This record gives sequence, structure tokens and C-alpha cells, in this order.
Amino acid sequence: MTTSTVPVQSAASQFDNSQLCEIVETLIRIAKQKGATDCDAGLSVEEGLSVTVRLGEVETIEHNRDKSLGITVYLGQRKGSASTTDFAQQALEETVQAAMDIAKYTEEDRYAGLVEAKYLAKTYPDLELYHPWALTPDEAIDMARQGEKAAMDYDKRITNSEGAYVTNHSGYRVYGNSHGFLGHYASSRHSKGCTVIASQDERMERDYWYSLARNADQLEDFISIGEKAGQRVIARLGARRIKTGKHPVVFHAEVARGLLGHFVRAVSGGPLYRNASFMVKKLGEQVFPQRINIEERPHLPGAIGSAPFDSEGVQNRKHALVSDGVLQSYVLDSYAARRLELEPTGNAGGVHNLFIQDDGLDLAGLLKQMNTGLLITEVMGQGVNIVTGDYSRGATGFWVENGEIQYPVEEFTLASNLATMYQQLVAVGNDVDTRSSLCTGSWLIEKMTVAGN
Amino acid sequence: MSEQNLIIARQALLTPAELDENKLQQVIDRIMGHDVDYADLYFQSSRHESWVLEDGIVKEGSHNIEQGVGVRAVSGEKTGFAYSDEIILPALTSAAEAARAIAQHGQSGRMAAWQQQSVTPLYTPDDPLSVLTSEQKIALLREADQEARKQDPRVSQVIVSLAGVHEVILVTANDGTLSADVRPLVRMNVSVIAEQQGRREQGSAGGGGRVSYQYFVDEKKHLDFAREAVRQALVNLEARDAPAGTMPVVLGPGWPGVLLHEAVGHGLEGDFNRKGSSVFSGRIGQQVASKHCTVIDNGAMASRRGSLTVDDEGVQTQENVLIENGILKGYMQDKHNATLMNMAPTGNGRRESYAHLPMPRMTNTYLANGDYDPQEIIASVDKGIYAVNFGGGQVDITSGKFVFSASEAYMIENGKVTYPVKGATLIGNGPEAMKLVSMVGNDMALDTGVGVCGKEGQSVPVGVGQPTLRVDQLTVGGTSA
Repeated sequence: MTTSTVPVQSAASQFDNSQLCEIVETLIRIAKQKGATDCDAGLSVEEGLSVTVRLGEVETIEHNRDKSLGITVYLGQRKGSASTTDFAQQALEETVQAAMDIAKYTEEDRYAGLVEAKYLAKTYPDLELYHPWALTPDEAIDMARQGEKAAMDYDKRITNSEGAYVTNHSGYRVYGNSHGFLGHYASSRHSKGCTVIASQDERMERDYWYSLARNADQLEDFISIGEKAGQRVIARLGARRIKTGKHPVVFHAEVARGLLGHFVRAVSGGPLYRNASFMVKKLGEQVFPQRINIEERPHLPGAIGSAPFDSEGVQNRKHALVSDGVLQSYVLDSYAARRLELEPTGNAGGVHNLFIQDDGLDLAGLLKQMNTGLLITEVMGQGVNIVTGDYSRGATGFWVENGEIQYPVEEFTLASNLATMYQQLVAVGNDVDTRSSLCTGSWLIEKMTVAGN
Repeated sequence: MSEQNLIIARQALLTPAELDENKLQQVIDRIMGHDVDYADLYFQSSRHESWVLEDGIVKEGSHNIEQGVGVRAVSGEKTGFAYSDEIILPALTSAAEAARAIAQHGQSGRMAAWQQQSVTPLYTPDDPLSVLTSEQKIALLREADQEARKQDPRVSQVIVSLAGVHEVILVTANDGTLSADVRPLVRMNVSVIAEQQGRREQGSAGGGGRVSYQYFVDEKKHLDFAREAVRQALVNLEARDAPAGTMPVVLGPGWPGVLLHEAVGHGLEGDFNRKGSSVFSGRIGQQVASKHCTVIDNGAMASRRGSLTVDDEGVQTQENVLIENGILKGYMQDKHNATLMNMAPTGNGRRESYAHLPMPRMTNTYLANGDYDPQEIIASVDKGIYAVNFGGGQVDITSGKFVFSASEAYMIENGKVTYPVKGATLIGNGPEAMKLVSMVGNDMALDTGVGVCGKEGQSVPVGVGQPTLRVDQLTVGGTSA
């Protein structure tokens, strides 16, 4: 009622966006007719193809086509939600009714409600997220075969394969609410990957590599993907166990991403207002060493994590989460913001392209700086406790001496507390992995407990 | 009885779309008119609801309806797959076209005559969600909340959730399969945070199964979950740093059976063994665990969370002995991998939904009873860990490395349980760790019905169980080195 939103530009796509927008508008209209005080609705449709090849033969060809919609209604301070995969008029009526029926039974929550209209995106940019890939199954099969062959040819100790795959996906999202917001955009996401198995002395190891991008032109060449998978699996052969002790640790960029993810979870609204995070009441405090800066850049054109507005329609923008090591902002949707008496940060649905500033060293430079310790390339298991920050996970990697990799190591655990690990972040590498919304290079951490034999 | 499931499924899935078995047969015949060995159609409709209580009020509820059909064509090792969320003949036909595109034109097959099995259902076909009114469901949540809060003043947060699914499936295949299942699944969970002098710890408990909500009401299970969650949180408030290093580990009965799920279960799934990618590949008949270990996967247990009357390929579930007295006996199979390995399907073909391909999966996986008194097992340890609750685990089936993370554990010193230690991850190598199982208790228990297993992006409900057992050496990932 207070804003009307027009996209700056909405690129034409394979999806009938006017029809999809109409469905969301219809849902909102039905909800208001049925007596909802407020409501919001979202839908998404997605189409894609995925092909896997194993040992040179086609294994699966999957055609994906998914759609779903959901609505949340408010009866005053009561809330109810419902969703369906059926977009027919009668199903829309029934879905709204199901949400209304629930809202009659949930209880008054004084914090419940739509985001205040003033926070909604008035306009939003075209972020170039939609690059459809006209890929036939035959082309996909040829590509995957080449990638797998490159991996298998890399070394004769590579004896088996879990296959190579190619996927293409395009989708359309629409979100609207009873403040009059209606936002919509198309996006795509394509990937190639390969997993192979190597054996030596009757022991097998496997490893993989993959590439992921909005635009297929930016995917890594499949031969180089295959070779990397081959390189990685060979490097694991002959792994030894290590002795229990305390050591400095470099987390390779791929696994450092997880550490950044735990940080995001710990400064997110839900755990904070429930007092269920080790980051409770840490706003304005030093949580990383002074060098560290972490920033969200939601509008980077073509990036994997980009979104023109958050999942409540809130205007999102480039902002700092950590400056000079001090926590500047939590990660909040409107509900958590009301609970914490703060403003929403444009993070309903999560973060969009988080970057941690690097210290100008590549991975080799980080290992040199560490001198002796562990390089971690894989972590396993669920041993991360956001309430206390306690961290204990299985790991695989390499033993490093004099800044040089000596041999692979396996079957050990790494333990510490996340609050301590963040304070002990000695350096961040410039080997940034941009295949997800959490973009970071490798991390050097001063000391962790390693349990081995 | 199974006749009744078929009637329910026809009515829910076929009749609204004016479909019948003749039309399904025509669709399968068209797929088989190519070089296709196997084809199936999987129809599914499900209704899911959930309610959440937080801050003492029932804040959220949701209702979800999903339905669709998945079409699969198999030619040798090749699988073509497509699905539609509309159950109508044109959508079914175009999905069939897409699925059969894997095969070249060739000799034509015809489908076999329908063979209806007579299978006794393992659970009630009644809608599990509608046995309670919305008011009664909310009362259940409130009672659990109050029970948790009255246990101890240190309890600062309580979240209670209630969720239920009612699912109807129908599967037909060219081999004559015509099978239906009507599946209830309910679950309740209580999680709490307790605070003491600035320290915060959590505890969580829950359960359910293929039953209706009446199960919670009749057995007052929700109150048990509330008390158990608080007990765990209070124990954790006292926990000291866990040790780091390799030592004997005693695992309690029930949910710690996640050990078996990770250390051997996944490695015995047929697909990995057909491909030779599992550490257990080619080892049938060999000693892969100590002689104390008999490991069973059983999808045919009444009302359990991991149970299925028929699997998602229409195969009746059964008790499968995977390891007997330490000797590897067999794998868990779906139709595709069983055919390629020249073995029989075992009722382990499962899929998350119509939009996912079936593969061999676990159902209820457990270790059979041994002879030891649990106290005797604890008393045998000089210095080690006694772990009774776990978060979850993960395995690399190729190298055999597995982890599982304790959420409630204690030190054992000189044969006695002395003090609680913080949660820690345990790591081992599947076949090696199983050979180090030196004592198995006589207190076999299954978990309370909380397990979810993820594989290749697909989640399915599972059960685990075991008696108290001792592993002579596992690596314990504490901070106290």
C-alpha cells in the first residue's frame, strides 16, 4: 500500500514472468479477501538438465522441472504459512485457506508481522544473474566424458571413477507482499564436476573438483577440472596418521569457507535472540584480530551469491560486518531485528556474497608463514556447537615442515573454540574461492588441538 | 490388507487425473518400445504440517502439499529420468519421452502382467495428522514446554516442535509390479538451553515413528522428551574439556548405533559395491568386524521410523543380515544394482520423493545383542570415554574414514564413570574400528525415532540401534591434549 516497485530492467527469459507475477498477486488478493491483516507470498520455478557419465558410459540423464509457492498470512499478531506445488486456481484458494486455518490457532506474538514498508527496495538492479545454457544431453555427455578421461589419464594409480557430471539450471523467483511490493528476477546456475578414485597398497582414496557459475562461459574447462581431480586424489595416497598435539593449522579456502559460515550462523538473528550463540552481545566488540575486515556485497553482477533484494523484499546493500576486527553488524531479518531492537540488515534468507579481506599471500606464502603445522583440505562431521562455539571435527590434509608439504595425513580430529579460532586468525590468503556466497581465501590459525594416535 | 492401500492410492493419485492401470500400462509399453530393460512410474502425494512453540507461545505453523510422478527408464547401466508435478496423462507421456531418450531404437519389449503382492502393512493407513484437533496439538506443545521449564530454574529457552506427514505412493513397473503404500510419519522434538553463571549449554530430545499423533498422547512421550532435553543440558553445564587422543570408547545403547550406520552401513549399500568404490567392495564372506558383531538392516519392523511396508520400487521389505559374527554376508540392494550384480533386491530401494531417483538406502540398522552386562563393559575400561548421545555422523565410504559427534559423554577412570566431558567428534576407519569391538552388551535398544540420513542430496527417515559396546581404540577429538 505504501510502495510500488518497478524493476529497473527485467531481462526476457524462458519463463512467463507476467503469469508468475499474477499468481503471486492473486494469492495476496485471496488472502486479503479472506480477512488476512497482512500477507506475503513467494514462488519459484526451475528447469534443468543433469547428466552423469561414469567410466566413459552414460549413467543418468535427468530432466528437472520444479515449481513451488508459499504464503504467510497474519491475523493481527498471529501467523500461519502454507505451500504447494500446484499452481491451479483452486489450489491457490486451498493453500491460502490452509494458512488462514493455522493462523487461527497460533498465538499472538507481538514481534510478528511483515517488514516495515520503509525498508523495502524501491527499485532494484538487474544483476545479470540469468544466462541460460542451451545444452543438449549429447553435448553434456561429450563434455563429461572428456573431463572424466582427463582425470583417469592423469595417473595410472587412478583406477576407478564415481563419474563426471554437467548440470544446467535456470529459474525464476517472484516475491510480493501486502505493502504492495512485487519483485521478480530470473537466474541461472551451471556446474561441471568430476570424482575419481585412486588406489595404492590395497587402500583407496577419492577426491573431486568442480566448477560452478551463473554463466556457462565462466565455467572452468572440463579437462582442467579432470586434471585437478586427478592431482588431488593422487596427493592423498600414502596418508599417515599423526601424533596427538597442538599445532598451527592452515584451512584451505574450500574449508575456510565453512569457518566463515559458522561465523555467519553465530551472528544471525535466530541464534542471537534465543541467546543460543557464542556471539550474543558481541556487537561493537573485537571478535577478530584488528587486521580483519568482512563485507557483504549483495549486488555484484553475475556472482553466485547475488540477489537484488532479500527474501522479504528488503533493500540490501554493500555493508561491513566486521571492520578492523570489530563486529559492526549482525545478520538480521525483520523479525529478529524487532526482537533485538535493531534495524533489518537485508539478510532475510541469508547473506549474499560475503568477502573477508586477504593479506596478500597465496597458499604457498601462508604455508611459509606457518612453517610447521597442518594444511587441512577436508573436514567431516557435525561437531560445531554454535551455542558454546565448541569445535571438534574429523579432518584430512597434509603435514607441513619448513613451509613445504611433506606428506598426506588422515584420521585425526581438530578441536578448539570458534571464538578463540577467530581471535587467532593470523592471516587470510588471496586464493579466494568464489564458488559460493561465502568468498574467502585460506586461513592460518595460530593453534588447535589435534587428536591422532 | 494391501488391497486397501491400493484402493486408497488409486483414489488419491489416479482417479482425479482419470488415469487407470490400462493407461499406465500403455505409457510403460511405449517406453519399452525401445532398447529399455526396465521402466517404472512412481506416483506420490504427501501432506505435511508442522507447529513450533517458542517463548512459551505457539508461534508458527505450516502446511504443505506436494504431489507428482517420476518416470524412469533403465537400459543396462544407463538411467533416464524425468518427473512432473502434474499428475495428468500429457505430463506423464512427455516425462516418459524424456526418460526413454537414453535408449536407442531397438527391439521392443512388452510389460509383464500385473502381479499384485499380498503384503501386510506395518502401520496404520489412517491420516496421522487428523487424529488430533489443532487445539489438542497446541496443548501437546504447551505441556512439553511447561514440563521442561518446571524441571529446573536454569532452563532459559524451550523450543518444541511437532511435525507430521501423510504420504500415499503407487509404483508400477514393466516387471509387473503394481504396489501401493500409505505412510504416516510423525515426530516431536524438544530443545532447551540452560544457563548458569554466564555459561550456556543445550540439550535436545525427541522421537516418533510411523504412527499417528495419538502415540505422544497415549504414552506421554512429549513429557519424556522435555525431561530428557533438560537433563542433557544440565549435564553439559557441568562438562569439562574432553580428552584428545586414541583410547577405549564405550558407547551406550540406542541412538549411538549411528556408529553402525556410518562405520559399516553406507559402505554396504549396493550401488557403491557395484561400482567398487566402497572399502567393503568384493569382501563378501570375509571377516570385516570382530566375531561379536552381527549387523542387521530391517525395514519390516512395525511402526518404526525407518520401516516401509514396501520400498519405493514396490519390493516388500525384510530383515537383511549384513554381517554375521563378523563375516560380511550381503549388501543392501535396489532393483537396478541387484540386477547388475546378479543378486536379489532386498527391499532397500528408496527415494526422497517422485522428483528423485531411487537408490539403495538403509532402513532400521542395528547390532544384535551380545552377552555382556553393560556395567561389566564400563568396568573393563581403565581410562576412556563413555558416550551416550550423539549429534550425527559422516563417512567417506571409499577410504572407510567415519566420524560421529558426541553430545553427551563421560570420562571412565579405573572402571568407573567419573565426570561429564564436552561434546567431541570421534573418528575411525570402518572395518578397523569394527574389528576392535571387543565387548557387546545384552541391552539392545533402538533409537526413539529421530534419524534422517542424507545421501547424494536425498534425505530419508531411518532408524538405528545397538546394545552397549566397547571399541578398544577410537580417536577422541577433545581439546585437552
